[in-house]
Amino acid sequence: MTATFVILLAVPLVAALACLWSPVRACQAVTIAAGVASFAAVCVLVPAAAHHDVTLGRYVRADAISVVFLLATSFLYAVVAAYSVGYFAGDASSADFGRYARRFYAGLNLFAWSMLVAPLMSSLALLWIAIEVTTVISALLVAIEDTDRAVEAAWKYVLIASAGLGLALLATIFMYAAGAHVLGQSYDLTFAELLRAGPHLPRTVVRLAYGLAVLGFGTKVGLFPVHTWLPDAHAEAPTPVSALLSGSLLAVSFYAILRYYQVSVAALGPRFPQGILLAFGIASLLLAALYLFNQGDVKRLLAYSSVEHMGILAIGVSFGAPIALAGVLLHVLAHAAAKGNAFMGAGVLVRKYQTKRIARIDGGLDLLPWSGPLLLTAVLALSAMPPFGIFRSEFQIVAGGFAAPRNVAAAVLIVAITVAFLGLSLSANRMLLNSHAKRLPRGEPSAWMVVPVVAGVAALVLLGVHPPAHLTELLVRGAAELRGVR
Amino acid sequence: MAGAWLAVRHAPGALAVSGVPSVFNGSANAVAVVVLLLEFGMFRQALLRDQIRLYAAQSAAVSVLAVIVAAARHVPELYILAALSAALKVVIVPLVLRRLLRGAGEEIAGSGALSLATTVLLAIAVGAFGFFAVGTLGIAGVTLPQTALGLAMAVVLVSFVLMIVRRDVVSQAIGFFSLENGVSLAALVIAAHMPLILEVAFLFDLLVAVVVFGVLIRVHHGRAESLSTSELTRLRG
Repeated sequence: MTATFVILLAVPLVAALACLWSPVRACQAVTIAAGVASFAAVCVLVPAAAHHDVTLGRYVRADAISVVFLLATSFLYAVVAAYSVGYFAGDASSADFGRYARRFYAGLNLFAWSMLVAPLMSSLALLWIAIEVTTVISALLVAIEDTDRAVEAAWKYVLIASAGLGLALLATIFMYAAGAHVLGQSYDLTFAELLRAGPHLPRTVVRLAYGLAVLGFGTKVGLFPVHTWLPDAHAEAPTPVSALLSGSLLAVSFYAILRYYQVSVAALGPRFPQGILLAFGIASLLLAALYLFNQGDVKRLLAYSSVEHMGILAIGVSFGAPIALAGVLLHVLAHAAAKGNAFMGAGVLVRKYQTKRIARIDGGLDLLPWSGPLLLTAVLALSAMPPFGIFRSEFQIVAGGFAAPRNVAAAVLIVAITVAFLGLSLSANRMLLNSHAKRLPRGEPSAWMVVPVVAGVAALVLLGVHPPAHLTELLVRGAAELRGVR
Repeated sequence: MAGAWLAVRHAPGALAVSGVPSVFNGSANAVAVVVLLLEFGMFRQALLRDQIRLYAAQSAAVSVLAVIVAAARHVPELYILAALSAALKVVIVPLVLRRLLRGAGEEIAGSGALSLATTVLLAIAVGAFGFFAVGTLGIAGVTLPQTALGLAMAVVLVSFVLMIVRRDVVSQAIGFFSLENGVSLAALVIAAHMPLILEVAFLFDLLVAVVVFGVLIRVHHGRAESLSTSELTRLRG
């Protein structure tokens, strides 16, 4: 297992350094290799983490919950690395592309590294640090296109997310103070210790820490009303970065909330932590479902769909039933694959039509023999159609809601998901099914932009139809960890 | 009453209960109040250079408080932390920001979204809310009196006001950095014994954030040819 951890902690970092001095082709090869190696390493971790915690030293630790988030991140890392080859194929002739590409690939590897490090940290303090690192690196990646809009998005993002993380840092400090009552004045703030100390922690301090953590990390998750940076950053970043932002970065920040949730449930019982998540989740879901109507920009459309799905995650956790919690963890994986696919498909449209305006894109199914249908499947998958993974996960979450029983919240969830489906499919309909007016030539910009999406569809079908046995064990154990029974 | 007080006062060992701590508490609270006042001072500074100076002074006050805690509560790691944070926040961050300013050739902070008087009233209200709200929770400080925790919360909330009302990138960045000073102050009250390695990691992280803020400020200035954020209105809906 040590080797696995070393691969996850070192390979992306080495790849990032290598990209600073390599020609573009080598950067791309190194990035793909690092992505595939990371994904393979996480897959090796799955059977072990399904049965026991895996640790390396004092500060590195993986349990079932962390491995779920590692799986999502490393999968997207690998597919996005391959996709980026096709995405930049048209730019390779321009003069300063070499410099741009080196910075892009170094940044992409660093970004993936920071998101792989965060779930591996055993201490809440180190977790906060890793998440702050994800913010600053991704802010640079949002700004990398160096247009007016990209710079504006990056500044909003870095300022709002950093301010949110300032609150999360305050939460970390308060959680430290809570633990210090039981564990002594000087300790490492590992959540294993905090969980064991749970019932003896001072309740007021834990409440304060949890509230601040949900608001602070929630800023990066994109929960209403602190989601305002999210559509801008997702829309203006290069598409491979948008896919990573939406599929992994939001999820990794949600992972931090889950850790605080675990400690709070141990200290306070489930009522208070679940109530807060339910409020944020419902608000985010409703807001996003309404914003999905009449959205003019295809990438902003998908960004609001991310807010919607983060709301679903928060609601799922607030139900607290085992089946809902397993559904939440499955939803993290399925959303990563589906949203990655949707962004990658939208990226093909943007390359083909040279615009992000939905009104100026038409006839996608006619013009793009592969990417058109693939984007359609991604939109259907995001809308929880069978046989894709999100159908299974949302079904579990809703079933958990009725089992909890939280009938009203479950009903609101179903209605809002349906509204979101309408908004999303109206726009998809306009872009893909209308007949094409402008006489662009039929054909795909690059095969590199198709193969990763096919991999994503395969993953979605696998998750929806028959998840592998080890993965199911992992999700069940993760749900048990979230409920505090092990 | 007075007799009882004297009896306690002169009982053996009672000095540690009623004598020294009051001096210690008083000076600690005074430094914490200075941190908050410097935060308020940032509202009225029109020159960005002076604002950076105020931030350096505020960081110095937090470091001084760390030294006081280290000496009075015998936490030797805090000396190292105080030295490192002084080096970073009193020297390096202001240097980076001043170099950025020289490159930008701009002196005046962007006007606030509200008038100065309204802003300060708002900040007083928000700060008072933070101070008294934390007071009612009854969270006892380990190394410092509880008042300092309330003051730290006030600094955090007032720095949010600064970030929100100011309309230039440098003031907004300083707002975030002073938010971090407020959190450091809170950490001195309730988490002073945190292992040094974690504290140093936090500082390193701040350094990375400062560099990235600097890069983005420079990029923003390169595109907008000003430090003002009033043009940042393209992305909506």
